[in-house]
Amino acid sequence: MLPIIFVLPLLQLVILSNAATFEVKNIKFGYIDNDHTSTSRALVERFNASTYFNVITDFPSEALASSAMLKGEVDVVLEIPQYFEHDLQNEKHNRLGVTINAIDGAAAGVMNVYVSQIIQRFNQHVKVDLLQPSDQQIQVSNIDTIPLFWYNETLNYKTFMVPGILVLLVTMITLFLSGMNIVREKEIGTLEQINVTPIKKSQFIIGKLFPFWVIGMGLLTIGLIIAKLIFNVPMVGSLPLMYVYTSIYILVVLGIGLFISNFTETQQQAMFIAWFFTVIFILMSGLFTPIESMPKWAQIITEFNPIKYFVEVMRMVMLKGSGVTDILPQLLKTLLYALIMNGLAVWSYKKTT
Amino acid sequence: MKRFIGFIKKEFYHIFRDRRSLFILFGMPIAQILLFGFAITNEINNVDIAILDHSKDATTKEIINKISASKYFSIKQIIEKEADIESVFQKGHVKAVLNFEKDFSKNLIKDNKATVQIITDATDPNTANTISNYVNAILQQYQKDVNKDITIVYQIIPETRMVYNPELKSVYMFVPGVMTIILMLVSAMMTSISITREKELGTMEILLVSPLKPFQVIIGKVFPYIFLSIINAVVIVMLSIFIFKMPVEGSLFLLALESILFIISALALGILISTISATQQTAMMISLMGLMLPVILLSGFIFPISSMPLPLQVISNIIPAKWFIIIIKGIMLKGVGIQFIWKETLILLGMTVLFIALSVKKYKIRLE
Amino acid sequence: MNNNKVIQVEGLTKMFGDFTAVNAITFDVEKGEIFGFLGANGAGKTTAMKMLIGISNPTSGNANVAGFDVFTNAEDIKKNIGYMSQKFALYDDLTVRENITFFGGIYGLSRKRIKEKSDALIEELGLQNVANKLVGALPLGWKQKLSFSVSLIHDPKIVFLDEPTGGVDPITRRQFWELIYKAANQGTTVFVTTHYMDEAEYCDRVSIMVNGKIEALDTPKKLKEQFKAENMNDVFLKLARG
Repeated sequence: MLPIIFVLPLLQLVILSNAATFEVKNIKFGYIDNDHTSTSRALVERFNASTYFNVITDFPSEALASSAMLKGEVDVVLEIPQYFEHDLQNEKHNRLGVTINAIDGAAAGVMNVYVSQIIQRFNQHVKVDLLQPSDQQIQVSNIDTIPLFWYNETLNYKTFMVPGILVLLVTMITLFLSGMNIVREKEIGTLEQINVTPIKKSQFIIGKLFPFWVIGMGLLTIGLIIAKLIFNVPMVGSLPLMYVYTSIYILVVLGIGLFISNFTETQQQAMFIAWFFTVIFILMSGLFTPIESMPKWAQIITEFNPIKYFVEVMRMVMLKGSGVTDILPQLLKTLLYALIMNGLAVWSYKKTT
Repeated sequence: MKRFIGFIKKEFYHIFRDRRSLFILFGMPIAQILLFGFAITNEINNVDIAILDHSKDATTKEIINKISASKYFSIKQIIEKEADIESVFQKGHVKAVLNFEKDFSKNLIKDNKATVQIITDATDPNTANTISNYVNAILQQYQKDVNKDITIVYQIIPETRMVYNPELKSVYMFVPGVMTIILMLVSAMMTSISITREKELGTMEILLVSPLKPFQVIIGKVFPYIFLSIINAVVIVMLSIFIFKMPVEGSLFLLALESILFIISALALGILISTISATQQTAMMISLMGLMLPVILLSGFIFPISSMPLPLQVISNIIPAKWFIIIIKGIMLKGVGIQFIWKETLILLGMTVLFIALSVKKYKIRLE
Repeated sequence: MNNNKVIQVEGLTKMFGDFTAVNAITFDVEKGEIFGFLGANGAGKTTAMKMLIGISNPTSGNANVAGFDVFTNAEDIKKNIGYMSQKFALYDDLTVRENITFFGGIYGLSRKRIKEKSDALIEELGLQNVANKLVGALPLGWKQKLSFSVSLIHDPKIVFLDEPTGGVDPITRRQFWELIYKAANQGTTVFVTTHYMDEAEYCDRVSIMVNGKIEALDTPKKLKEQFKAENMNDVFLKLARG
């Protein structure tokens, strides 16, 4: 059991943090060149040189290209029409066909941006090459944008994902263990034995949950060390603040676990329910997809998601150096959540035994 | 055969007697697919931003109006000095600050050039990058409008066609993913739990002493769950067709066959887990902790596999969910037939056979 | 082979790594006999029994159960024996009748036979009123008796009972032994492990295991004479203390 509690999550932290990236690179690119001129080759060369586009395939026909797209061998296909160079020189503008596999809508949007950028730059180049004295020179006014990426200049996904995945792992381990715990004793029959001892319910519950709390904190500590040593995630803010928050947060999770445990009869039921909530909590935590983009009602649901607060606090404190006043709303909500859940858990425990 | 039927009957008793699990088993996928289908999107909408305008002239006002009118941004705060930027970020109120330089209009007219900083909170690199791109796009459009009288020469205009998902709906991406997670975890969990449960209760020993063959015991235990999972799959596909308007371009029959194959491979994985765990607790921790995140992260459900580092792309190949997601997207969105996905199907089939072979090898007829 | 000997064991040994759980035991059990297999907790009783019923591989030695070799014909043994484990092993979420039907089914009884058997069994155990209740709701003693009867459902040649009366009250234990006698009278060989020494007195012959070895094997009467003891309890204490 111990390897499952410690090794499995930490291994996942190390491996999976590398997987979570929305960057779009290595785009599988193909083209159909119906023109075969120096201009069309120059355009293809631009894509070849770009770091975003990988695997360049030259398709002799459109049919072959679309079949490759169906097989998933290519995601972007550029079609250069016949007389491309000729038309560009004579008519001074031209059109290109670009086909993008848009099943992943967000990635398709980004691919489109990359394609447009390359073509735009190619335009400028063409302009310089072909501009004739007869073409009038016009100065176009220009707004310069300077993008500044604070807290993470290189847009490194790992600094973003590592804290988040650590949160998930701590949550899952503590929730599953506590959720299964009491119901397991119920199933095996040892709970009855404990109930006849003079131990107080509150002592019993604290005694049951304390080890899981320790496991959670231990997992966090090892996780933070991994984050620092392996991923070099910056830790700008106060570490003690992180621990204070986590210690309260784990109580919320344990309370939920205990509550589930009290209301179920078998470990199977307990795990199904724990699983149900975990998937919802994970996918609606803002960790992988932004909460602001969700519809209003879904945003209201996320207010009840403890993982959301933990992810927020972790990122704010670790990456931005937010202080206690900055995370006060999250801290208070988590504390209130902990009180309510544990209150409910103790109350329901009395009722069911 | 008669023994076998009796065995399956018993399994159904177990399942139907446990009303709560049954309720969760069928209620859960419906709730999840509805929730996620509507709520989860990786598009960027209504991002809160702040404005720091050192000019406050006609041009900056016009630009700010344009930004505020777009569906991507809502202006949450106007701040007055650079020093405030840090604090709005730390409180987490806004994701970006637009900083217009002093004399913006004047510079634009005089030098044909004016500068605006797009400062983003890049703790979320994806959102930061997207915000930056969107602001750029709005500014570009603004300039085009201003300069519309000037003809631009030597222009190549790309005509982009977004195939399979012209409206770039993220539902198309997430529904197959959620369906895969649900089928994978429910199937693997159910079988691993129900088998280890018999071990824990001691009934497995009795079954092993009986003349029932071990493989009959295992198949008997898994059989009912194939039915339940198929029902789940049907419900999910119906929801995605009727509620989320997902197209089924390809053959529904092929989709059904592939789903059954995937369900069987998940169940086989569950059997394998049960052979290596002695208690329900271990089985559950392995199937939940071991499967949940890898299935979410390495299957291409949310994050594109082609962007991952090479070792992870290699690892992703052992995730059955990855292949199933490719298959469902192929059938539902691209409308492909078996000739385009036979490779993925074979891999899935191979994995299933492997799981079963390993379980048979590991399954102890004699407990010691 | 002597047809009267339904279990023949010779030098049967089971090692777990360096630890010898069962150390070269040798004994025979005759048809229709109630054979008591005694020993303290951890003496190796359950391990020895598991080898005989084909769910644990012996390390060395020979054993023949119901005419079949445990090494080569374990599957044939299974058709001819019944087994009741230490842990209560009926399904709590199935009714009495469903449990009987299920176990009858996996031993390949015909539907008609299962019906007859269930009716007879329920009547014999006085379970008519609870036949359609979930087994989980029954008192432990009833469950044990039901569990025993279920292990006999296919009329096995030998029934193996692993500490069948653990945690049961004295009256139920008595009734339980009546069931055992009845089965033995009908020709079923009963192989029973227990650590209740008074129960040993009910057996035709008992063997006493200490640290993986059989230290004594005879009728209770002869064992008492041999060890000059009042009862089986004293015999056991003398043996265990060496």
